[in-house]
Amino acid sequence: MTGQPMVKAEGVHKSYGAAHILRGIDLEVQNGEVFCLVGPSGSGKSTFLRCINHLERIDGGRLSVDGHLVGYRQKGDKLYELKDSEVAVQRRDIGMVFQRFNLFPHMTALGNVMEAPIQVKGESKAVARERAERLLDRVGLRDKMGNYPTQLSGGQQQRVAIARALAMEPKLMLFDEPTSALDPELVGDVLDVMRDLAESGMTMIVVTHEMGFAREVGDSLVFMDGGVVVESGNPRDVLGNPQHDRTKAFLSKVL
Amino acid sequence: MTDKISKDPAAAPAGSGASGNPYEAIKAIPVRHYGRWISAVVVVALLGWLVYAFSQGNILWDTVWDKVFDPSVISGLWNTILISVASMALGLVLGIVFAVMRLSKNPVTGAVAWLYIWFFRGTPVYVQLLVWFNLSLIFQYIDLGPIYKNETVDVMTPFMVALLGLGLNEGAYMAEIVRAGIQSVDEGQTEAAHALGMSQTKTMGRIVLPQAMRVIVPPTGNEFINMLKTSSLVSAVQYTELLRASSNIGNTAGAVMEMLFVASIWYLALTSVFSVGQYYLERRFARGSTRNLPPTPLQRVKANLTTFKRSPEASA
Repeated sequence: MTGQPMVKAEGVHKSYGAAHILRGIDLEVQNGEVFCLVGPSGSGKSTFLRCINHLERIDGGRLSVDGHLVGYRQKGDKLYELKDSEVAVQRRDIGMVFQRFNLFPHMTALGNVMEAPIQVKGESKAVARERAERLLDRVGLRDKMGNYPTQLSGGQQQRVAIARALAMEPKLMLFDEPTSALDPELVGDVLDVMRDLAESGMTMIVVTHEMGFAREVGDSLVFMDGGVVVESGNPRDVLGNPQHDRTKAFLSKVL
Repeated sequence: MTDKISKDPAAAPAGSGASGNPYEAIKAIPVRHYGRWISAVVVVALLGWLVYAFSQGNILWDTVWDKVFDPSVISGLWNTILISVASMALGLVLGIVFAVMRLSKNPVTGAVAWLYIWFFRGTPVYVQLLVWFNLSLIFQYIDLGPIYKNETVDVMTPFMVALLGLGLNEGAYMAEIVRAGIQSVDEGQTEAAHALGMSQTKTMGRIVLPQAMRVIVPPTGNEFINMLKTSSLVSAVQYTELLRASSNIGNTAGAVMEMLFVASIWYLALTSVFSVGQYYLERRFARGSTRNLPPTPLQRVKANLTTFKRSPEASA
């Protein structure tokens, strides 16, 4: 691992009204790493993920991606909030895959993947189409390009969603429980695509309940509970030999 | 993913289309619905009585048929279409603007939009038309400083009065329809678009509004059909649309009822044509929301014709 970390969080806090969701998160995600976030629901792992591309605004601490503060600009010792358009520019380089897919239902699979490069980067239709076809082929959906999302299974929709995020050629991919809404027999196809992506060197942050995937593909793992990082390290060590009682209790239930 | 169950080719009967084993159809005496027969006879009798009454009434039916294509009626018809389309277009633009204003994070624009809707939805459109019509009573000039200045009576032609009256009123209703449509789109769509780096405007224009259209189009079709009929009110502000053109003839020729029938025939024709248009528009915006679009009536007829030739029972 060289140079600065891809993501660096220092004492990140986030509240919704009275609910204090993140209570000081410190972590570093290195370039090219597959970083897994696990923990019980309500532990703040999805919220933290959504802070990384500023879908949620943090209330305290520092959060930076590739050396740039997320959502703010620092001048001297003052922080300035970024304009919506500047936030949009930051988000171009961060792909996100949602639990509920969130494909655009009025566009075909191909249209979903072509949309952002054309609208955001101003790419020509031909170039965007060529890349979209290549990406859909890569996720195994060569023959489903013309289908609308409702005509696809959950696993196929999620793979289109991955291709859609990759079309912006991001340097970081965020996965928010990408297989939690899928039927068990469809999970494997999506994990295969993610494994392939990890092998290609993509930096990935994955919120997941798939401990097998975390153990096999993950380079680092963080166990979160109650808005703080309880334990972190190599996935095989943390999952195989947890040190904290809270981690042990959680793993005994899910493994 | 595409795990097809391999079938023994010999087992599947080719061509016939009928699947499964042959079976003996149930032969039973169906229930007799005597009530249905009686109610049908009563309804038809009442209808016949109504038709008979009108045929015996003091109506010059020949005049009705003569005047349907009268040049001044046709010109009134065009004016009705013109003012309806123009007012609807103005209403649609205002509706989108005020809906976005109401949903914006800016409390001032939100309040202004609320006020607009409150006023134009809360007063009768007839009153609004009369206010525009009489605007010159309180403002002698329309004075936009160095840009524009003119006498109010010159600006407020019957067409302008009708357009402002109907269009601004429609805008208030359309704003609520558009707002409901925008709010019906799942928030995950906005998040996905933002996560891809799309701007607020692009997200609204490319992702949210196209999906909102599915909710917006059906009531908008109703609004337009309403508009075609409500436009008859503007005859009160000197705009010669279908009703006024027809009544003018009716009053001079002493054929008041006949000309009202002529107008009704055209209103029915207009609303029928636009209902068909609405069907196809709704179908277009249903893309992606249903797995298979229902066939259009034309496709259904074609399908029935072709299947009829092959096997009569398959078209069910």
